[in-house]
Amino acid sequence: MAAIGISGIEKNYGPIPVLRGIDLDIADGEFVVLVGPSGCGKSTLLRLIAGLEAIDRGELRIAGRRVNELAPKDRDLAMVFQSYALYPHMTVADNMSYALRLRRTPKDKVAAALAAASAKLGLERLTERKPRALSGGQRQRVAMGRAIVRHPQAFLFDEPLSNLDARLREQMRFEIRKLHRDLGATSVYVTHDQIEAMTMADRIVAMNEGVIQQVGTPAELYDTPANLFVAGFIGSPAMNVLQGEVVAGEGGTTVRIGGAVLASVSPGTRPGPVTLGVRPERIALTAPGDGATATVELVEPTGLATIVHLDLGGQPVKTFTTERLSLKAGEPVGLRLEAGGLSLFAPETGERLVAAKA
Amino acid sequence: MRGAGHWTFHYGMLALFTAFALFPLFWAFKVSVTPNDLLYSEGVRLWPSRVSFAHYGTVLRHSDFPLFFRNSVVVSTGTAVLSTLFAAAGGYAVSRFSFRGKLPIIGLLLVTQMFPLVMIVAPIFRLLAPLGLTNSLTGLIIVYTAFNVPFAVFLMGSFFDGIPKELEEAAMMDGASRFQALLQIILPLTLPGIAATLGFVFTAAWSELLFALMLNSSTAASTFPVGLLAFVSKFSVDFGQMMAAGIMALIPVCIFFFLIQRHLVQGLTAGAVKG
Repeated sequence: MAAIGISGIEKNYGPIPVLRGIDLDIADGEFVVLVGPSGCGKSTLLRLIAGLEAIDRGELRIAGRRVNELAPKDRDLAMVFQSYALYPHMTVADNMSYALRLRRTPKDKVAAALAAASAKLGLERLTERKPRALSGGQRQRVAMGRAIVRHPQAFLFDEPLSNLDARLREQMRFEIRKLHRDLGATSVYVTHDQIEAMTMADRIVAMNEGVIQQVGTPAELYDTPANLFVAGFIGSPAMNVLQGEVVAGEGGTTVRIGGAVLASVSPGTRPGPVTLGVRPERIALTAPGDGATATVELVEPTGLATIVHLDLGGQPVKTFTTERLSLKAGEPVGLRLEAGGLSLFAPETGERLVAAKA
Repeated sequence: MRGAGHWTFHYGMLALFTAFALFPLFWAFKVSVTPNDLLYSEGVRLWPSRVSFAHYGTVLRHSDFPLFFRNSVVVSTGTAVLSTLFAAAGGYAVSRFSFRGKLPIIGLLLVTQMFPLVMIVAPIFRLLAPLGLTNSLTGLIIVYTAFNVPFAVFLMGSFFDGIPKELEEAAMMDGASRFQALLQIILPLTLPGIAATLGFVFTAAWSELLFALMLNSSTAASTFPVGLLAFVSKFSVDFGQMMAAGIMALIPVCIFFFLIQRHLVQGLTAGAVKG
């Protein structure tokens, strides 16, 4: 197991920059998830770490050693591909032991490693099958088995669960986490699914347009997004983004929307237009006249919770509550923000304003 | 459910086409087993009143056909193996790498397929003669290989294209060099492609007449299509022997395809990716 250090890495495809100066340190044994929309460069970054693409500028270190020029085979990393990439002409056992056989590992050791890995993944009875005789979930497990059968410096996952149905995905998410807990292996996991990122990561790296937007624990990204991109990408239902104004008055500095006071903020906050981010579950519905007044647009019950779509001075707002509400469209309601539930962003840049505090 | 008439029509058309395609073959076989005295005396009949394999015996024992046959086997096998080797290497490069001048090179390969061969027989002869490669099987193999490689490169390239890149990437992550990944992972999956290319080149070389005729004047280096012409003499054509030789010339092609047909069946890559 090893730490991975990435400093100033850039990558272009022809004239198109894909990664623009990536700096990231992944600690030994850490589970890091790279997340972002398609085309954000997350998969490219993973392939650079793997050695499947050349690094244009910057330095990559694995266990403290520069590996920029090293071929993939010499980096001692294991990778699980989105398509699984199982060798179709080999049995499950041969697929899993290929790496060991390439290293001329003695037969008894190969057999032992194979037995241990297939036991861990519940593949014991499938070892003589060819990949085409396996279900999607089983293929996924074999791909995992191929990675864990040797003990590499780190695991790389390239959207490994995208081809599974929802139920299986949930189960594999849990199993990959459990494997990580058991093996303690440094893992870099690429996904476009923010739920996967939230549930699996020790740390999330949110990326957009070849730039890292924010690095932090799932809670940090959720509670204090660094900019509007992260605010909008992490969390479902998404964070409400509203246009408002910071006004310094006698009763302290407040945030208002269309004249209605929404919350008070710390006195140092720069007055003027501001973009507000509020998580739907941080909005409490009250009786009309208590707090800002909004109109109910639509009520969506999901069983677990109710999502209420509101109109607040012409701006759409979503709230999320586990209470059973009896609201009707067109009805006026009051709304209040819970303490600590407000993020402020600069309208011009979309960057978080540090002073924000509800 | 479609009506019975629909299927009758379909099978009827297929049967008609098959009969049309195979009839010349049948006719050649019929002539080869018709004794000489009946060939012209019985009129047009689907089957002679008396069958004899005398023509086969004559061809095998009293003509140079066994020699032509051996020459053809050597030339066709040599061409097929050489072309497929070059095509596999070239096809892999075209499919997997981007390199400077890739497009012009592919264009050039295509251009070589556009000239009528008659046009370049003379220059080729002029090139080979001083090298001592006329009247030689080696010369024929070289020429055939040169003419078959471009198309075979496209053929192999498309087969490599059909194999997901991730497979060799996975192999390289597992610790294989690119060459090991090619040999151990990609090549076994390209067997259908290799079989198809071998078959294509083999048959092309087996039936080639123009170069075999122009570059060779000696019997010793003649292939069987040239040999077939020997049955045409100034005053007569020995149809019986010619057809017997032709039928026998089909045997190796049939054996060849029988051997490779297992690999021609696609679907070896099924199950490699996705679910």
